Amino acid sequence: MSAASVPAHGPSPDSDVSHKTVLEAPDIRRALTRIAHEILERTKGGRDIVLLGIPTRGVTLAARLAGRIAEVEGEPVPRGSLDVTMYRDDLRMRPARALGRTELPPEGVDDRVVVLVDDVLFSGRTVRAALDALNDLGRPRAVQLATLVDRGHRELPIRADYVGKNLPTSAREKVKVLLAETDGRDAVVLEVPK
Amino acid sequence: MHLIKGARILGGAPADILLRDGVVAEVGAGLTAAGATVVDADGLIALPGLVDLHTHLREPGREDAETVESGTRAAAAGGYTAVHAMANTEPVADTAGVVEQVWRLGREAGHCDVHPVGAVTRGLEGERLAELGAMADSAARVRVFSDDGHCVSDAVLMRRALEYVKAFDGVVAQHAQEPRLTEHAQMNEGEVSGRLGLAGWPAVAEEAIISRDCLLAAHVGSRLHVCHVSTAGSVEIIRWAKSKGWQVTAEVTPHHLLLTDELAETYDPVYKVNPPLRTKADIDALREALADGTIDCVATDHAPHPAEAKETEWAPAAMGMIGLETALSVVQEAMVETGLLDWAGVADRLAVRPARIGRLSGQGRPIEVGAPANLTLYDPSVRTAVDPRGFVSKSRNTPFAGLELPGRVQATFLRGRPTVLEGKPI
Amino acid sequence: MKRHLISAADLTRDDALLILDTAEELSRIADRPIKKLPTLRGRTVVNLFFEDSTRTRISFEAAAKRLSADVINFSAKGSSVSKGESLKDTALTLEAMGADGVVIRHNASGAPHRLAGWVRGSVVNAGDGTHEHPTQALLDAYTMRRRLGDLDGRRVTIVGDILHSRVARSNVLLLNTLGAEVTLVAPPTLFPVSVDTWPCEVAYDFDAVLPKSDVVMMLRVQQERMTAAYFPTVREYSRRYGLDARRLAALQDHAIVMHPGPMNRGVEIAAEVADSPRSTIVEQVANGVTVRMAVLYLLLGGSEPAIGGDVTPAGAVSPNGDAKRGGDASRREDA
Repeated sequence: MSAASVPAHGPSPDSDVSHKTVLEAPDIRRALTRIAHEILERTKGGRDIVLLGIPTRGVTLAARLAGRIAEVEGEPVPRGSLDVTMYRDDLRMRPARALGRTELPPEGVDDRVVVLVDDVLFSGRTVRAALDALNDLGRPRAVQLATLVDRGHRELPIRADYVGKNLPTSAREKVKVLLAETDGRDAVVLEVPK
Repeated sequence: MHLIKGARILGGAPADILLRDGVVAEVGAGLTAAGATVVDADGLIALPGLVDLHTHLREPGREDAETVESGTRAAAAGGYTAVHAMANTEPVADTAGVVEQVWRLGREAGHCDVHPVGAVTRGLEGERLAELGAMADSAARVRVFSDDGHCVSDAVLMRRALEYVKAFDGVVAQHAQEPRLTEHAQMNEGEVSGRLGLAGWPAVAEEAIISRDCLLAAHVGSRLHVCHVSTAGSVEIIRWAKSKGWQVTAEVTPHHLLLTDELAETYDPVYKVNPPLRTKADIDALREALADGTIDCVATDHAPHPAEAKETEWAPAAMGMIGLETALSVVQEAMVETGLLDWAGVADRLAVRPARIGRLSGQGRPIEVGAPANLTLYDPSVRTAVDPRGFVSKSRNTPFAGLELPGRVQATFLRGRPTVLEGKPI
Repeated sequence: MKRHLISAADLTRDDALLILDTAEELSRIADRPIKKLPTLRGRTVVNLFFEDSTRTRISFEAAAKRLSADVINFSAKGSSVSKGESLKDTALTLEAMGADGVVIRHNASGAPHRLAGWVRGSVVNAGDGTHEHPTQALLDAYTMRRRLGDLDGRRVTIVGDILHSRVARSNVLLLNTLGAEVTLVAPPTLFPVSVDTWPCEVAYDFDAVLPKSDVVMMLRVQQERMTAAYFPTVREYSRRYGLDARRLAALQDHAIVMHPGPMNRGVEIAAEVADSPRSTIVEQVANGVTVRMAVLYLLLGGSEPAIGGDVTPAGAVSPNGDAKRGGDASRREDA
């Protein structure tokens, strides 16, 4: 979950914000299909991969990606979730919050190619926290990053291996990813302050 | 010589009062007196100087908490012209020597009369009688005897003390607390103590002793005074004893007229006192009893403690509250504002009756020509938050800090000499 | 806002569920090769123990260390406290050290409450006199929830010295908050006189409540009660209020047996009961660390505490409803 997309429970009704839908459901479907194929290509048929979603929407996206990869390869893909709350560098800037779930597949992460999945890549701080969290769970052979939207404004030397959509934004704007499982519909919405 | 202009005696019509040679020389309208200092008492109520039957002055022994000098100045600031100094000093006031020392310190300080209370038992240990007769015959002329802080729990010893003091018209003032029922007790036993996990001080521990002592006093025909009555049950027992014509008198403290045990929820030991703060129902019964005379008087149980004795956990903290400087305000709040007592009633409960119980002939007299000029001028119209920083007492352990209370003592006269003027101790 | 965990009553239902849910997530860390989280790095937690309790101290210490806090253990024995230093002076010392959180165990009821008025950090009550022990109640609730699921409507029977039990007080409050139905069982001498005002049932007959209990929690009988006429003999107590094999058999199949420890085997609980699979006694100890991690994280992990309550300042209580407080409550500091 990117810091810029909380709380992403649908477009806010604020009248001083205008909403622009930048990805519709079919766009998201195509982007995920493409990412699934890219992962298979880059990892030579998905050998040894583990998909770890970052709660909340990263977990949903990881599940969808796993489904697509399994369709192509005919084998289930190990997947899980990786909560990074306790590793965040902005913990002390807000009240302590509820934890997400960390759940590894039985295969674990040692010597696997871990693909971290998040909805929006922004400052890169969430991914940094995820790399730290992963470090305490084991020693993957490699770690890759998949994100539905890369909106730029990186504050750390981090880049995504798989990007659904590069979306140029200004820092004032907010990117909200809506997914049917959590939000009732699929869309990526850009909130622009008036 | 002071000429008080326009004071409302016991809350009545404005009158002038001329104080000369230590007595009330004239009372009337439009008085003049050459050379007299005029005291403007417009809007002020004149009451006889208040008499406290229950004051801890702490000297000798705990001069860090209070001295006779500071305690009697605080008394004067509260409108008092006489206090009874409790015996639980170090050394205990259980000999003629100690009571004379306290009495002399009071005379030297000159802020109000100090009448030492003699211990009933040696060292307050509840085992052997102290030399009650020697204290009665001393310069201090002790008439009130009490082991206050401790209960004379031994029934035989209590009986003997009650009998013995008849020889000099003394009275035993009992701290009614059954010791076994109150071992390690921290606060009133009830809903709050159960919730807070503080050991309970049950009402029955007070009531059982009062019952026994009333029966003993009746049996031997003696005077009994009950200190700091705190429960509705105690009130019932005293009412019953009085209905029998027995010589039982009783006092209630200001804090028991106003504060409940719920204050212990703060765990701030400023609310820790013995007997403990009780419930709203007890307060109601105590107020009613004071109003109907079942309880004879208000006594402060002024109990100064240094800050470190209260800045602790609840259990190890010292018990007690200071009260001399807030007593009249609390009584106005609890009794006058509620319509339970008028100012004549206040004078009766805070001056007349305590003086009578302590056998003080020069105190608690009506403000009339020829009476000793012991009186206080009180402004009932102001209402302010209690600020302990302004207290005269050496100690600050008041439970009323920050509480908005009515009234202010403007002047106090001890045998014609002002001890307080314009609200400031002289 | 300054918040503490001093009484189980400080916790709303949402607070309590947040702690239990957080503990649930944190419990997974116990199975990992690296059991440490960086969350409280740079935060200082002081364990201030005025009463011997190695178990509770170690539990809090492990919890704080797993969250990477700096832990300072301050026990009364051999410290300036045993030389007569007051709690207030100790509090000022902690302030000088910059304690973010203070875990306090004290034999005087209300000591954590007092401490909270003297320090800037959050205070966690690790047991005060005969008042409360909220983290014990939380770990008990957590243990029950793991075994039985949602506590709403569950019947919990707590047996023993209710009068002097901080565990019972905290459990009654917390379980009530969580929707469980609590029944207290003891000889009448070991109830506070006002127990009828508590949000629970009261019973003298243990056997009558056994069959409908989902949880039976046995409390330790302290040695000093055995000689103070609270009950005639240990044997009689044990017979009337002890949990033995016969009573265990009267429980429903799913019912569990709890004990906050340390146990008096053969007094309130028979050895075979303590060691039975129904017993959660060992789990309770393990769960203690997890629950205390959750509490420390939620109090100290963010910019401000996410759970807990503030202490009642002295000036905020109205004396009896007749008089109103005037002025600033902070004035009280001069008293």
